[in-house]
Amino acid sequence: MILASSFLEDLLRSVLQGTPSGAVFALVAIGFVLTYKTSGVFNLAFGAQAYISAAMFFKARTQWNWSIPLSVLVSVFVLAPAIGVVLERFLFRHLRTASAVSKLVVTIGLSVALPALFEIFADYAPVAGRAPTGIVPEGGSVFYDPLGVYPFSRDELAAMGVILAAVIVLGAIFRFTPVGLQMRAVVESPRMTELNGIAADRVSAFAWALSSTFAGMAGVLIAPIRFNTLISTDFFNVVFVAIAAAAIGRLVSLPRALIGGIGLGWFIAVFNTFLPRWADDHTWLRPLRDNFSNSLPFVVLFAILVFWPAIRRATDVGDPLSGVDPPPAAPAATERHRLLTRFTLLFAVGFFLFVGLTVFFRADRSWVFLVTSAVVLSTVYLSITVITGFAGQISLCQGAFAAIGGFTVFQMADRFDLSVLLAALIGASIAALVGAIMSLPVLRLGGIWLAIATLAFAFFFDAVLVRMSWIGGGDTALLQGTRVPRPILGPIDFGNDKSFLALAVVVFVITSLAVIQLREGTIGRTLRAIRGSEVAAESIGISPAKARIAAFATSAFIAGLGGAMMTMHQENVNYQNNFSPVGSLFWLVLVVTLSVRTVEGAAQAGAAFSMFEPLILKGELFAWLLRAEHRLPGFFPISGKWRFILFGLGAMQFARHPEGLLEHGKRRATAGLNRRLARRDQTRLVSRSADSGGGAT
Amino acid sequence: MTALLELRDVWAEYGPFRALFGVDLKVPPGGAVALLGANGAGKTTVARVATGLVQASAGDVAVDGIEMTNRPTYAYARAGIAHAPEGRSIFASFTVEENLTLTFRSFLGRQKVGESLEQAFELFPRLGERRSQTAGTLSGGEQRMLSLARVLVLQPRLLIADELSLGLAPIVVDEVYSTLEAIRSSGTALLIVEQHMAHALELCDDAVLLEHGKVAWQGSASDAGDVVTGRLFESAGD
Repeated sequence: MILASSFLEDLLRSVLQGTPSGAVFALVAIGFVLTYKTSGVFNLAFGAQAYISAAMFFKARTQWNWSIPLSVLVSVFVLAPAIGVVLERFLFRHLRTASAVSKLVVTIGLSVALPALFEIFADYAPVAGRAPTGIVPEGGSVFYDPLGVYPFSRDELAAMGVILAAVIVLGAIFRFTPVGLQMRAVVESPRMTELNGIAADRVSAFAWALSSTFAGMAGVLIAPIRFNTLISTDFFNVVFVAIAAAAIGRLVSLPRALIGGIGLGWFIAVFNTFLPRWADDHTWLRPLRDNFSNSLPFVVLFAILVFWPAIRRATDVGDPLSGVDPPPAAPAATERHRLLTRFTLLFAVGFFLFVGLTVFFRADRSWVFLVTSAVVLSTVYLSITVITGFAGQISLCQGAFAAIGGFTVFQMADRFDLSVLLAALIGASIAALVGAIMSLPVLRLGGIWLAIATLAFAFFFDAVLVRMSWIGGGDTALLQGTRVPRPILGPIDFGNDKSFLALAVVVFVITSLAVIQLREGTIGRTLRAIRGSEVAAESIGISPAKARIAAFATSAFIAGLGGAMMTMHQENVNYQNNFSPVGSLFWLVLVVTLSVRTVEGAAQAGAAFSMFEPLILKGELFAWLLRAEHRLPGFFPISGKWRFILFGLGAMQFARHPEGLLEHGKRRATAGLNRRLARRDQTRLVSRSADSGGGAT
Repeated sequence: MTALLELRDVWAEYGPFRALFGVDLKVPPGGAVALLGANGAGKTTVARVATGLVQASAGDVAVDGIEMTNRPTYAYARAGIAHAPEGRSIFASFTVEENLTLTFRSFLGRQKVGESLEQAFELFPRLGERRSQTAGTLSGGEQRMLSLARVLVLQPRLLIADELSLGLAPIVVDEVYSTLEAIRSSGTALLIVEQHMAHALELCDDAVLLEHGKVAWQGSASDAGDVVTGRLFESAGD
């Protein structure tokens, strides 16, 4: 009896303890649902928007000593909706009918650019240990404990109250006002909405102002109950954890998102309270206790996506008036004049010969290292070319596949002293197998849900698998690192940086040729057919499931191979630096922003990722142009924040050019040159006919 | 008399593909014009230009003599032009009732929503039976009924109907045309885009025949049948 009552008390305590965390998840999940429902965007920049309002509120309270109401008014009800309206006007208005991948890329770009922009322009810098304050006086120091089991702070109670009020108010807006129906209509078909006499732009701007205000409110409420210091990355991480709660709401139901958020908070608290105790008595539970507690939200998310039929049934509703859009333009390469093709080839060969010879004979060690990094990264990026460029699937776990290649090389070399080159091929094959197995349960998921499932896998890999001794090396790796030797092939020792660069170039060229062959071959054509129309493809006997599994496996193989090369190059796996889930988000954005369907796109993305910081931000290129380092202007080296801003701006440009910035440039150049050549040909024809005409008379 | 809708030397493209090459067209207030032509002649593009869905790259569009070229689609709707686009032009994730409510509330105001819903369900009883069903789960014909019900109840100043009869049973097509006659007699002008001419020519005063994005012939609807058949034989002879 005593045992039972103690159990119930512990259960109640853990549930109450989990409620504030649940409230935080619910706030973010409701934000996700609100933005998705009113604008069709799965907004990974929600955390960035929340951070800006929280930081503004914090600055107003602590630096300017403004009152709480005035600080809330400015940070939540002025700044936040203004940001929403600006984002809508300059970005999302152009993306209304864009694909899920385009919208996702832009929000990832925003999630890094917005905080950096705010910190530069508002002159705000997070100070460690300065705890955020809430919207109620003494919010963090006055507690209420009505049941005598767990005390809630005023800040926590305020957050819970606001969430309830928000769900009721937002629910009423959707149910009882015309604007609720209009916002949903604009998401589905802005043109159909306008045919009904409704100005889609205004409705859309209102929707963004509303969701951005909610993000701001969420930021101000979350900060004091969750963080000790206001740092943008913390908001970024909370957003990922809360995706599970948004999935419970299927991205459309506000009450379900609320229940999902609170439920997730409870589940994590109960799990963390009882599992350690049970694991003391039952040894088989210990691995679960040691490894799973961090990954619970992602396990929940993956399980929801795989086992909940409602999610599998959810399909993207297309715009019935999409036929109004002009057909997508053909790749520039297929339309350019043969003279331009020859010139481009000649230029490319010349350029690479020049760069290659300069690097081999003139460059110092650090430059050889950078160029090798670029080549190896380009190989990894080819995996994105296959899965996103050819198959049209969004995969946010390419970092995990690359890490599998890297860890395999480490384990094989460490445990069995196997040749690292052979280990690299084994690693790539294991990655391909994992890719194929992972793709099986998520094949039926459409657009954004597939992206979320791959993200869940990436975080699960990060939180659980990497910690296992037979993958990431466990405690040994923590103490000694994950060291990997350079390969030796017969008489050639790739321990020399320049010879390893040659090896990296060979691997990249072979992979590129294979990728081009894949695009032109049966698999490439099959994937193109599925992208065009899955139903039509099925009707001619194509199995989309098989094609997608093949695409995932091939892409994971390439990522694994690239990851293995990267590991050998750095002589260490360096998981956190090279392969973290957030890092692979940036990979996707970079490749997609430049050009996702071409091998050149992957190569240029690899070069940009490796070279941008030393060449541009540190001013090496400028110094080289000036022929003297001491003449560099004082603003060099440029703050690292600008890297984020420029990265974000690049992703935003993508909103206008979804074919990729490089492809856009190529198309313009091709069109211009084709016009000029056509004019020249016409002039020749005219003069020839004039000549022959003159001869006749 | 100023035309209700006038297109003057309109050119239009979809990206690199040109669809219209200087089209002129007039619909007088209360008039009815049938827009005829083979597949790919540019009929749907004319309907889209007349409601701002596709912007004319050259030429002018005017409503009541007022220049509307490059104005957004909602401005055309607010000027009293209703458009039932080709195919299943509905909000698939909305219920039947939500689809209709969005249109009626916007055009007729909150008070008239209930009354208009009843009229729509009277016109298409099948929709009444499925008023709470998600529109995307309706059959093809029912979805077409829904997109027509939206505009038939409105009694706008001009109704542009694109391929009305497509996907509907013959008996339903007859009903739709008798409704069109009724709204026409109450003052609504019509621009009917049809491949199947018989019904359209019976209803309309004038006809315009499009060929390869250009106006090939225009005149009285009563003459159109012979002209179109003649041209068909001519092209068969070529």
